[in-house]
This record gives sequence, C-alpha cells and structure tokens, in this order.
Amino acid sequence: MSKVYNLKQEVEKPPRLTGGHRLCAGCGAGVIVSGVLRALNKEDRAVVTNATGCLEVSTFMYPYTAYTDSYIHSAFENAAATCSGVEAAYNALKRRGKVDGTVKFITFGGDGGTYDIGFQSLSGAMERGHDMAYVCYDNEAYMNTGIQRSSSTPRFARTATSPVGAVNQGKKQEKKDLTDIMVAHNIPYVAQTAPLGNFKDLHTKAYKAIYTEGPCFLNILAPCPRGWDYPMAKMAEITKLAVDTCVWPLFEVEEGVWHLSYAPKKKLPVEDFLRPQGRFRHMFEAGQEWMLEAAQAYVDQKWERLLERSGA
Amino acid sequence: MSDRLSGNEAVAYAIKQINPDVMGAFPITPSTEIPEYFAAYVANGEVNTEYVAVESEHSSMSVCIAAQAAGARSVCATSSCGLALMYELLYVAASCRLPITLACVNRALSGPININHDYSDSMGARDSGWIQIYAENNQEAYDNFIMAMPIGETTTVRLPVMTCMDGFITSHAVENIELLETEVVRSFVGTYNPENYLLKKENPLAVGPYDISAYYMEHKVQEAEAMKAAKARILDVAAEFEKISGRSYGLFEKYRMEDAELALVLMGSTAGTAKAAVDKLRAQGLKAGLVKIRVFRPFPAEELALALASTRAVAVLDKSEGFSGNGGPLFAETRSALYDLKERPYLIDLVYGLGGRDIKVEDIEKVFERLAEIAASGETGSVYAHMGQRSKEDMV
Repeated sequence: MSKVYNLKQEVEKPPRLTGGHRLCAGCGAGVIVSGVLRALNKEDRAVVTNATGCLEVSTFMYPYTAYTDSYIHSAFENAAATCSGVEAAYNALKRRGKVDGTVKFITFGGDGGTYDIGFQSLSGAMERGHDMAYVCYDNEAYMNTGIQRSSSTPRFARTATSPVGAVNQGKKQEKKDLTDIMVAHNIPYVAQTAPLGNFKDLHTKAYKAIYTEGPCFLNILAPCPRGWDYPMAKMAEITKLAVDTCVWPLFEVEEGVWHLSYAPKKKLPVEDFLRPQGRFRHMFEAGQEWMLEAAQAYVDQKWERLLERSGA
Repeated sequence: MSDRLSGNEAVAYAIKQINPDVMGAFPITPSTEIPEYFAAYVANGEVNTEYVAVESEHSSMSVCIAAQAAGARSVCATSSCGLALMYELLYVAASCRLPITLACVNRALSGPININHDYSDSMGARDSGWIQIYAENNQEAYDNFIMAMPIGETTTVRLPVMTCMDGFITSHAVENIELLETEVVRSFVGTYNPENYLLKKENPLAVGPYDISAYYMEHKVQEAEAMKAAKARILDVAAEFEKISGRSYGLFEKYRMEDAELALVLMGSTAGTAKAAVDKLRAQGLKAGLVKIRVFRPFPAEELALALASTRAVAVLDKSEGFSGNGGPLFAETRSALYDLKERPYLIDLVYGLGGRDIKVEDIEKVFERLAEIAASGETGSVYAHMGQRSKEDMV
C-alpha cells in the first residue's frame, strides 16, 4: 500500500455497501464486506460475486441492491465459478476492445458456501488462477437457515444439527482448517483476518488480496450474535478474544511465505473466548472440564505449528 | 462448401465460426469432442475465445451464466449426467434471461450408467425455461447451433437455447454436410450487445436477487411470455436462415403428411429410419406419414394439432421414459395438444430405444401395422407400452 493506513480517511470514502440492507444488528458479515470493499481504490470498479446466504438475501432483495458496484448472485455452491465467469468475460471483452479501465473481482461466501458446498468450485477457481479475491466470512455455521453445523463449526459448539443432549455434547469434530488448505493451492496470497480494532489488519489484507494478481483467499472471522449466542453489541470484544486466545490467529502467506500478523502480548486461555457465548455454555457445566482442556490443547497445538511455520 | 464431419465436429466448427467470447468446458461422453475440437482452435489461434476448462459441468454452466451476465456471449456443451449436474443452474440461467447456448449431446441418464442415446437428460430439463431444438442429423445440428443465438438473444425472447443431437448416432457418425462461409455465419449471428451487463461502465448492474413473493411470480410470468414469444422468433430466424443456406426449417417437419391416415410423432435421428419405413409403406399403398418434432420448447401444440387433425391413428415414439406412469414426455405433450381438436385421432405411446437400444425399419413398420389395426377396429388396446422388451427368461 502506498500510504499509511488511516481509519478516519478510509471511512470518509463513499461506502460501497450502503446502509439500508437487512443484515442483523451486530452482524459480522456486514462490517467485513464494508471493510473489504473500502480497500478498493476509489477510481477502480469492482464486480462483487456472492454465494447464497445471509449476506445475499439481506443485501440484494429485489428491487433493492445495497452495492454501488455491479453484483452477481447465482447459487449457493458456485460463487468462485461465478466469479471465474465474470473474470473470463472481462478478459475476453477487454481483448476485443469492448471494456476498458480496471475492474476488480471480489467474491463473498459464508463458511457453508466456502468450506462445504462451494469448496469444489473454490478449489477449481484457485487452481485455474483467475484474478480474483475470494473472501470467506466465516461465522462457523449455516446461519441463514437457522444455525446448523458446517465443517467450519468448532468442536463442542452447539448448533441445531449438533445439539447438546444426554449423549452428545455439540459438534464432535474439529473445525476444518480451510486457510491451510488454500495455502496448499500455492496461490499468491492467503490470509486470515478479523474485523478487529481499527480494521487495519483487515484493510491491509483486503488490499493485498484485491490487488495481488491471481487468485487470492481471505478467511475472515465473522461473529454472529444469533448463532454464537452473545449480546449483539459485543462483536468487537468477541473478536478481540478470538484473536488474543489464538483461537483465530491473524497471519498471511505471501507466495508461500508464512508471516504472523499479530502475537498477543499475553495469550489468554481459550475459555475466555468460549465463556461469553451460549453455543459453548455446556462446556462450563460441572464435570465437563475435559472439554475445555481438549479445546485448549487443540488451540495450543495449532498455535505452536503456526509459530513454527512463520518463524515467529 | 461441402465437407464430411461428425455431429460433434460440425457443432465445434459452428462455434469456431461464431467465435464466442467465453466457453465453459468440461468433458463428458459423448459431447467431449466439442470442447476438444474447440481447444485445438484456441491452441492454434483460430479463435480468441476465453476458454475456461472448469472442474465440473456445474462450474461450466456457472461460468457461462456469469460471463453472459457480464456482457459476454458464452457457450458450452454437455451430455447426460453433466446436464443433470447443471440442473439448478439451468433455471438460474433462464430466469436471469441470459441467452447462453448449450450443445446438448443427448445420452441416457444414470442409473444404471449408460453412455448411449436417449432423451432422458434433456427431457429432465424441459421445464427449466430453456428453448430446446432437436436435430435429426449432422446438418441440422450445425444449422440449429447457428440459429440459436439469433433466437435466444433477441429482446422479446432473451432465453438460453439448448441445441440437441443424438449421442453417438449423430455426434460421432461422419456424414456429408454443407457448411456456410465463416463471414456469412458471423454476419447472420451478429454481435451480442445487451442493454445492461455487469461490466458496463456507465451503469452497474445487480443480477440474481432474492425475489420475494411480491415479485417472483411476475418474473416467472415474464419468462413464460418470453417462451411463448420464442415460437415466432424461431420461425423468423429459420426464414432468414433459409436465405443464406437454402435449407428450410419449421417448428417440426411433416413428412408425407398431406393425406396421411396413420402417423408417427417422434424426434431426432429416428426420423431417418422412420422416413424409410414410411416410403416403403407408401409404396405398398398405406397412407403413412410422420411428424418430426424439432422445437420441443416452446412446444408447438396448436400447430401439431393441426398437422394431426385429419389422421385416424397416431403413435408417439418416446425415447425417454419419464416415469409418469402414463407414457413418456412427448406423448404427454402430444396428447395435450390434441385435446382441443373436435375430432381426435386414436393415440398411443411407444417408449423405445432407452440407453441406445437400436430401432430398425421393421420396428417402425410394426408400429404402422398396429396403427392400421387400431384405425380399423377402433380399439387402441394398451395406450402406453415399451417396444421390443426381452422376456424375463431372456434376461438371464
């Protein structure tokens, strides 16, 4: 980036996701989309692609669109292929002198549309090398259909399809490490970020993802007050705890080189992140300490591996 | 110019002549050769199409939808399970009113898996909002593809078009063919100039909304009106095409129907076999004829009723099952079309050729024998039957 990040300056840009959309109050996805689109250079156009999900049904309900840029939604499982098609059209029409100017291609999908049903489409688009930024707003479950587990849902989380009962204690499996899988695609830029603090980390990474040539992938933690069951005003706190407990580390991988973006001064215990959320409430009942221990052990192991890879 | 090409090569050649903006490419038997031939054109610099070799048919249709919405003319080819994998997106393409052209090389749907010809794939997509045009032979496959874009892209229609040919029978058999000059094709097809598209600088566009009940039905009605309007456009384009090719096309082809008392309704390459049977029976004095449906969507119901109005007995030959319990899809359409006639011919359905089972001139002759008996006796017997079934004993 050519200039030093300045939040005040950035928010003075005309918003590309306008107010009046129908996302829930306190939704992580809305601020993430605003934040990512804010990283576009003012003079550049973009075509936004969106997988079916909360974001799509809330930001483009006929006859109103919340986007000032062109936008396309086609289906749930094909956002990356859809973006591929737009980019292919751009290349063809540019070659034939039918479009000019810089147009950037940005895709938004939730974790359902990215980790699960849209995974094949995403993997294919990354392998083909389309010039696009794929942004996953990861709220760790199928929120649009009413909070069902996805492969991104963390272990022990309660969802409508991983309920807590006499026999089962929420989701049985660990969260899929999609960011790592995207790194394995050997694409030029992969990063993990969150709507944190003054948004510098998110902004910087969004800029790199949008302006690095080739396929780039951003995984952004998107707190969901409904699905995670916490008060809607607490997004900033919850996000901060996810990062400071190392449950959601911030890092980037540029041309295969791992770089840790943030190491908390004091690594907080995982239970600090879990406690405020209703989806983990059963982990704090008497006799369930083993769950907290297992969750902590998993985070520690992932964090150590990240430190190793990033040489931090 | 005359040449000898397989159906697949003829369609690939038509695409080359058109030089579309984007192709979504994925292999599936028997349509695989179309993207293969085209890849060679790309590799040799004979076209400058953006060739996107995707990881599934789902993505090839997704690419076509997005590219067309972005302002590019896009094409793809598929068969059977590939078309089935596109199913959801076929509706998206049609409802977004994106005139994509898809070469469907018909093949039986799984299961059990079978690579040979029947219409179960495209019949499964008959309600998706796509125009469907079927070819009898290589020449028609080539001609239909060239007519597809002028039909689909016109503002009164704006619907995607599926041009269908019989897998292997048409796609792989090499036949004599008359090809048009590339400049003639290009000027006939013209350029794709939508009013609104994603990449238009002056006016950003949003495509694919969440459409609530207050609007959804109006959008579906507009789509239905477009499909109705397509009929006239198909005939107009055919008339224009005749001027450059000398070849004449309608919604269906009537073969020796002028005074026919016994008639068949069928589609595709079986028409060639059936025409031979009709000629043979005509020579014996039987008033036999046939109607070959070319345009299945929109279905030419009124026109077909008129064509069959003075016959006495009609057999529909359905090359897909449909599992309605009452006969195949072509039969359902035909019977519905005949309902408005004051005096209707007797009508039966014969499902035949599933999974590529061969049909011969003698088989067709037997159908006419049965129609003659029905016309004479006034008894249709079993209205819906399957042709040439082996017995259970034969199966083992």
